[in-house]
Amino acid sequence: MTTTALNPAAQTDEASRPPTRLRVTNLRVGFAKGGHERRVVHGLSFELAAGECVAIVGESGSGKSVSARTLVGLTGAGATVEADELSLDDEDLRGFTDRDWRRVRGSKVGFVLQDALVSLDPLRPVGKEIGEALRLHGWGDRASRRAKVLELLDSVGVPSAANRARQRPDELSGGLRQRALIASALALDPGVVVADEPTTALDVTVQAQVLDLLEETKRRGKAIILISHDLSVVARLADRILVMQGGHIVEDGPAQQVLTAPRHEYTRSLIAAVPGTHTRGRLLGSQVPPVVSVPPRPATPEAEYAGPLLEATDLVKRFRSPDGSVHTAVDQVSFTLERGETLGVVGESGSGKSTTARIALALTEADGGSVRLLGQEWTSLPERRRRRLRREISVVYQDPLSSFDPRWDVQRILEDAISSTDLPSRAARRERVAELLALVGLTPAVLGRSPLTLSGGQRQRVAIARALAPWPSVVVLDEAVSSLDVSMQAQILDLLVTLQAELGLSYLFISHDLGVISHLADRVLVMKDGVVVERGTVDDIFARPQHDYTRELIGALHPLNTTPTTEG
Amino acid sequence: MTPTSSTEHTLAVGRRITSKLLAAVLVLWGAATAAFAAQLALPGDRATVILNVRAGQAIQRTPEELAAINEQYGLANPVVVQYLNYLGGLARGDLGASYQQYRPVWDVIGEQIGATFALTFTGIGLAWLLMVVWVTLTAGRRPQVRALGTFVETVTAGLPPYWLGIVLLLVFALGLGWFPVIGGSGLQGLLLPALTLAIPLAGFMGQATRSAFETALTQPFVISARMRGMGDLAVRLRHVLRHAVLPAVTLSGWALGATISGAVVVETIFTRPGIGKVLVAAVNSQDLPVVTGIVVVIAAAYVAANLLVDVAYTVIDPRLRTS
Amino acid sequence: MTAIAPSTTPQVPPSDTATSTTPPRTRRVTRLRWSVALAVGVLAFFALAAIAPGLLATHAPTALDLTSSLRPPGVDHWFGTDESGRDLYSRVVFGTRESLSIGLGAAAVSLGLALVLGSLAALAGRFVSGSVNRLVEILFAFPTLLFALLLVAILGPSATTQIIAVGVGSAPGYARIVRGQILAARQSGYVEAATALGHPRGLILRQHIIPNAVRPLVAIFTLCVGQSIVWASSLSFLGLGVAPPSSEWGALLDAGRSYVTHAPWLIVIPGLVIVVLALAATTIGKDIQARLESGDE
Repeated sequence: MTTTALNPAAQTDEASRPPTRLRVTNLRVGFAKGGHERRVVHGLSFELAAGECVAIVGESGSGKSVSARTLVGLTGAGATVEADELSLDDEDLRGFTDRDWRRVRGSKVGFVLQDALVSLDPLRPVGKEIGEALRLHGWGDRASRRAKVLELLDSVGVPSAANRARQRPDELSGGLRQRALIASALALDPGVVVADEPTTALDVTVQAQVLDLLEETKRRGKAIILISHDLSVVARLADRILVMQGGHIVEDGPAQQVLTAPRHEYTRSLIAAVPGTHTRGRLLGSQVPPVVSVPPRPATPEAEYAGPLLEATDLVKRFRSPDGSVHTAVDQVSFTLERGETLGVVGESGSGKSTTARIALALTEADGGSVRLLGQEWTSLPERRRRRLRREISVVYQDPLSSFDPRWDVQRILEDAISSTDLPSRAARRERVAELLALVGLTPAVLGRSPLTLSGGQRQRVAIARALAPWPSVVVLDEAVSSLDVSMQAQILDLLVTLQAELGLSYLFISHDLGVISHLADRVLVMKDGVVVERGTVDDIFARPQHDYTRELIGALHPLNTTPTTEG
Repeated sequence: MTPTSSTEHTLAVGRRITSKLLAAVLVLWGAATAAFAAQLALPGDRATVILNVRAGQAIQRTPEELAAINEQYGLANPVVVQYLNYLGGLARGDLGASYQQYRPVWDVIGEQIGATFALTFTGIGLAWLLMVVWVTLTAGRRPQVRALGTFVETVTAGLPPYWLGIVLLLVFALGLGWFPVIGGSGLQGLLLPALTLAIPLAGFMGQATRSAFETALTQPFVISARMRGMGDLAVRLRHVLRHAVLPAVTLSGWALGATISGAVVVETIFTRPGIGKVLVAAVNSQDLPVVTGIVVVIAAAYVAANLLVDVAYTVIDPRLRTS
Repeated sequence: MTAIAPSTTPQVPPSDTATSTTPPRTRRVTRLRWSVALAVGVLAFFALAAIAPGLLATHAPTALDLTSSLRPPGVDHWFGTDESGRDLYSRVVFGTRESLSIGLGAAAVSLGLALVLGSLAALAGRFVSGSVNRLVEILFAFPTLLFALLLVAILGPSATTQIIAVGVGSAPGYARIVRGQILAARQSGYVEAATALGHPRGLILRQHIIPNAVRPLVAIFTLCVGQSIVWASSLSFLGLGVAPPSSEWGALLDAGRSYVTHAPWLIVIPGLVIVVLALAATTIGKDIQARLESGDE
C-alpha cells in the first residue's frame, strides 16, 4: 500500500505521475425485470488516479448511484454488468466472485454513504462499527484493533476518542458521527474512497466539516469518487466532473471548465437552476410558466387590509422529552409579514423554524406569545372562531403526499379546498378547479388521477393549487422544495415567483437552504436553537452579517450560489 | 438533543419505571375486579349455587345449610366488604376456596401449574428458535423464496393447537413411534406438545419479524457493513437480526397469555399433567373460584411478562432509554 | 402517516401502536393469484353447504348404518364413517350452517364491541377515552380462550354461549387495532391539512377519519371470522360447546376424541375442514389488505 502524498496539481513528468487506481471503460449496467432488460447506465468511462477526485453529478434516476454501487459489486439483484475495462489497482473486477469482492471491499475500496445516523448501525457503538472492518479482514488481535480504532477516530478529528468509541451514533453530534462514518470507511487505508451523497440530509455546518475531511483525505493521497446531485458540494472537491442524465454521460471535463463554461445544455440548465443571490429576479428554469388570465379576487374586508398580514410577538413553545428534560423549541420569536413580500426563515434542523410556522398556522398551540392575522386575534382564539379566517392563510408541506387523503383523486382534493360558501354552484366550483390547474401549469388530464401516480413536481403543484383555492393572503411554505431535484426545484420556485406577482401573495418561506432563501426572499430571519439570531433584508445579511452563525451559513455556500456563471 | 445531566436522567428513568409499575398494578387490579364480578355473575343465590355445585345437582336447600355456607364463605357480608376481603386475600396470595373441592384454590392450581408453565416456556422458546432460523434464511431473497416463507407462516399461524397436536401425535408418536403417546415426564414427553404450541406462534411472530427484517435489509447501515467486506449471512446475524426481533419481543408479552391458553388444550391431547384438566373440570361444574383463580394467575403472569418485555426491549434497542 | 397494517393471522394481533416505529416499507405484492381463486372457491363451497346442504351431501347426516361403522375414507364414504355408520362427509356438510353461524355471530359480536370500544378510546374526550383505554388494556390481559372459558363457566355451554364467549373474548385485541387505526388517521397529515383548510371537526371525522380507519377493517372482519370459528371449535373440542349429536363441526371434534387411536379420521378431517376454511378466510383477508395498501403506498 503506497503512501504517496503527491500534490496532483504539480504532476509534470511521467515518472512522478500518481498511480492510476481505477480504470473504467464503457461500463454498461442493466436490470432484467419481467423478461425484458432495462439499461440504466450506458457507457460510463473514466480513470481515477491517487489524490484525484472524480465527481459524478446527476439527478435522481440518472444512474449515478447505480454506477457507484457497481464499482464495489453491489449493483443489486438481477443486474447485468458489462464493461470493456473495469480494473482496480490493475486487478480485473469483471470476473469477481463474491469472495473476491469481500476481500476487496474495505481494504482496497472504502464507501461513505449519507447521514451517519442511518449509515452506521444505530444499535451499536461506533467503535464496534469502525473495528468491524478490521476484524473482517483479519487485522491484528482484539487489543490492537481497539487501539487502532482510537487512532482512527483521532485522525478524523474526534476528541476524547476513548469515550466516543463507546457511544452510539444517536449519542454523538452530527459532525462527530459523520467523522466516525468516514473513519470506518478509511479503517484499512483503502486507496479509493467512494462517497455517495455524503452531505445530503446534513446540516450546512456539518456539511462543511465533512467536505473539509474529504479534502484532507484527498491530500493524503486517496482517490475519491464523489457522487452527488449538489453541484456546490462537488465544486469544492472535484478535479473532474462527469454529468449523467438518464444513464448517459452528457458532459465530461475538468471541474473548472464544466462549472464555468459547460458545453452541454443539460449541464448549463443544472448550473443555471442553482438558486442564490445572483439569481434574484430571474427565472431559474428554462420553461416559462404560462401566463394565465387571473380571475379577480372577491372583495372582502380581509382582501383590503393594508397593514401587516402576520404579526408574531414573543412566541414560545416548549416540549417535554421522555428523559425528563424540557426543550425550548421556540424562544421569544417575533416577526411581521407585509402584503406582497416574502419572509424567509432559514435555520438547520432543530432551529425551531418549522414549529414557528406551525404556530403561525395555528396548528400548534404556543406556550407563550401570540400571532395576529390580518390585524385580528388569531392564535388566542378558540378553534371555532378561528375557522372563518383560515381561508386567509394556507400551507404547502415538504411532502405533499402525506397531506392528501390516500383515497382521493386530484379533482376531489381540489374541490374539497374550495369553500362552498364562496361558490355555491357545482359548475362554478368545477370552473374554479380548472382555473387553479391552469395557474399551476397542470393539464386537466391529472384530475382523475391519484396523487400516487404523479411525479414529485406534479404533486407539489397540486398542493400549491390546493393552497390557492380559497384565495388566501398568506401562504406558508415549509421546506416546500427541499425534496425536489434541482431542475424540479427550479421550476417550482419559478412558479411561486410568478404566482406571487400575479396574485399578490405573501409568502412565509421556511427552508434550511440559504441559497433558495436568498433567491426568493425579501427579508430573512435566521434561526438557531429556537432563537432569531439575525434579521434583515437579503442584501443586509450578505453584506453585513452580524452574527457568527449567519457568517457560518454564508461561508458554507459555495461561490456557485452567489456568482453568476458565464452563460454559453 | 443535548444530553441531560445524570441526575435528571436518573429521575426520568425512575419516573418511567414507576409509571410502568403503576400501570401493571392497575391491570392486575382490573383483572381481580373482573374475576370478582364474574363470581357474582352466576345466576341465583350464591350459597345455593355452591351447594349445588358440590352435590352436582340442583335442589332446594334448607336455611341451615345456606347459613353454614354463608358463614364459611363470608357471603352474608355486604358486597363491598366481600370485595375488599377478596382483594386483601389476593395480596396475600389467597385465591379463595373452591366450590367443589373443599380446598383453597391456590392448592388446587398450585399442584398443576408448574407443569403448564414448563410447557409454555418451552413452547415459546422453541417458537423463537424456529422463527429466527426460518426468517433469517428466507427473508429478503428471491421472490419465490419469500413467497414460500410468507405462505408457510400464514398457514402455520392459523393452525389450531388441538388439530396440530393430534396430527403430530398421530404421525410422530403413534405412527413413527419416536415419542411417547401418553405424556411422559421429562424432555421426550415435552417435545411434541411444545412443538404444537411453538409452530403456530412461530408463524405468527414470523410475519412481524419478516416484515421488520426486510425493512432493515434495505437500510444504509447494511450497505455500509457489506462495504466493509461482510458476507451476507454475517450481516443478517450480526446487524439485521437485532433490528428485526423488536416487534417479536413486543409480541412475546401477549404470546405468554395466548400460549398458556393453548397449553390448556394441548395438555388434554397429550394427556400431560397441568391445569388443563383442572380448568375444564372447573368450567364444567361451574366452580368459579377455580376458574377465576386461574385467570387471575395468568393475568399476573401476563403483566409480569410485559414488564420483562419492556426491559428486554430497552436492552435490545438502547435508543429508547434516551430518546 | 401510514395506517397500521394489522399483522394478519388468525390469532388476535395485539399491535396497537398508532404509528409504526419502522420506516415505511415498499410493499412487494407478490400475489399468487391462484391461491386467492382457490380460497374463493372454498368459501363458495361452504356457503353453498350452509344454504343448501342437500345439494352437496351424499347421504343423510343422521342415517345410521351399523354395518359400515368406523370405515376409513373411501369411495362410498369420502370422509369415512363414525361409530354409528353415519357418513362423515355429509355430517360435515350439514354441520356447515351451524358452524358458520357461530363463527359469523362471534365475529359480529367481537367486531361490534371492538368498534365501540376502539372508537371511544380514540375519539372521545380525555376522561372517557382514558378510561376506555384502561379497560381495554385490562381486558387484554385475559387471553381469549381463557376469557371465553370464564364466560362459559358463568353461562353454561351452548351455541349462544359460544358466540358470546368467543365474541367478547376476542374483542379487546380487535379493539386495540381499531383504536390504532383511528388514531393513525387522526394524527395523519391529511387530517391536519383539512384542519388548515378550515374544515370543522365533524366534517373531518366523516370525510377523512372514519373512511380511512374503516377501510382496513374489511380485511380484519374476514380474518376475525376465520379465527372465531377456530376458537369456537376449540371450546367444543374441550367439550364445552354444542352437544352431540349435532353435526356442528366442533361437536364432531368432541365426538371424535375418543376414537383418536383407531379412527383418527373422525377428528382429523373435521379439524382439517376448519383449518381450510380459516385459511381461505385469511387468504382473502390478506389479499384485500394488500390491495388496499398497495393502493395507499
